[in-house]
Amino acid sequence: MLFKNKFWSITTGLMIAPMLYLIAFGWGIGNSMTIDGMSYISFVIPGIIAMSTMTISFGTVANGINISRTYDKTFEEFMTAPINMVSYTIGKIIASALRGMYSAALIISLSLLFRGNVNIDIYFIFIIILNCLVFSALGFMIGMIIDSHADMSKFSNFIITPMSFLCGTFFPLDKMPFLIKDVIWILPLTQTSIALRRNSELFLNPWIHPLILVLYFVILLIIGIKLCTKAE
Amino acid sequence: MIVIRDLTKKYENLIAVNHLSLEIKKGEFFGLLGPNGAGKTTLVRMLSTLTGPTSGSIMMDDVHMDRNKTQIKSKIGVVPQHMNLEWEMTAKQNLELHGKLFGMKKEYMQERIHKLLNYIDLCDRKDDQVKTFSGGMKRKLMIARALLHNPDVLLMDEPTVGLDASVRRKLWDLMKGLNKDGMTVILTTHYIEEAQVLCNRVGFMDSGKLIELDTPDRLIEKFGQFVLECFDEGETKTFFFEDRESALEKAASISSSVNIRPSNLEDTFIMLTNRKMGD
Repeated sequence: MLFKNKFWSITTGLMIAPMLYLIAFGWGIGNSMTIDGMSYISFVIPGIIAMSTMTISFGTVANGINISRTYDKTFEEFMTAPINMVSYTIGKIIASALRGMYSAALIISLSLLFRGNVNIDIYFIFIIILNCLVFSALGFMIGMIIDSHADMSKFSNFIITPMSFLCGTFFPLDKMPFLIKDVIWILPLTQTSIALRRNSELFLNPWIHPLILVLYFVILLIIGIKLCTKAE
Repeated sequence: MIVIRDLTKKYENLIAVNHLSLEIKKGEFFGLLGPNGAGKTTLVRMLSTLTGPTSGSIMMDDVHMDRNKTQIKSKIGVVPQHMNLEWEMTAKQNLELHGKLFGMKKEYMQERIHKLLNYIDLCDRKDDQVKTFSGGMKRKLMIARALLHNPDVLLMDEPTVGLDASVRRKLWDLMKGLNKDGMTVILTTHYIEEAQVLCNRVGFMDSGKLIELDTPDRLIEKFGQFVLECFDEGETKTFFFEDRESALEKAASISSSVNIRPSNLEDTFIMLTNRKMGD
């Protein structure tokens, strides 16, 4: 209902940041630079998609749940309803992931204007879906744990923003120093960036990266469900 | 019928509800009064399943709340103290969301929405976003939302707080009408007059305990039908009398100005707790 009410503001809002990245890296750097044998714009588009879907999927549910719990108390309306908290958790996570997928569709449409050469197939879409689910589940968990909006911003500043820039989104991971590379490799956004590109030496096989994402999702989902069923 | 047995709720070092036992009959309009921190809201939160007790039990129509939360939730409607409507949804959308959460069938839900919006005089504002509503309209919508699924019990936590007197009176009429139709209503309030006008029985809570429980009239009679107030030595002194003549006799012996009036529930509460509501 809220999505329908605010369709245009949501749609235009989802397009602003990716559009700016595409302008900066497309027109700014774009075809004058190559990475891993492809133009920079073709390299960066999957990273922008990964980063944007992460941010949207995480932020939609994290901020929504946090405000609902701590500020406008609409969370209590769901708690007093005869619904299963497991259903509520899964519903919220899927809804936020769908918002992330919607942003991916918008970015892919925009990237066509910048003539980015991106191979979009079933595997690509599958990885995007997993990425959205993982960060939506993370957002739900964080929204249930953190009790203030200020602390939500801190989490984004210390975790989400660094991930956005360091997990192979704007430059390949092999540019990183050895030990840092290993730590960053295990992060979910890195798995998504590697899997969406599929052309770097870090791409192990088609199943390892989605498997890691599924593992993240399952763990975060279980924690989210436990937090929700115990909420008072 | 709601049966509460030896109910306790502890938060770290604070005992919010302290071994409270109470029975509320079907169709009763029951009021809970008490100062800030008495435990009223905690009790209502336990009755609405928002929080679980530390010990003790709550049964609703012989169904244990702890073991059958989903069943109990479908029987109660909750009007919380906070205005927890979805601000960016319309009045109708807020009700539809509630109906879907309670598993109502579409046609029945739409019928109830139409009926309730008429009942609360918000039919012409059904497609307006809630953020454009006044405080009284929001409260009425919250009551309508709590009634949508036709609950057996309505829990209202300070439903008229922050509203002006005329809106409060209109909400009283709404609540009286609901109780007249057979609904069990449990109300917490800081407004003594509200409890006196609306409730069949009133419970006074203080420090997590139920310190008095009776009809408003019997509670007023407990200390006397008339009150004499005088301001002496920097404080208001209160004396109770069974009749006006005795009060007038006392007044004759007091040099400062006096006020003689019928006693009310607030006087009873002050005597019971020895402090004013809202401290």
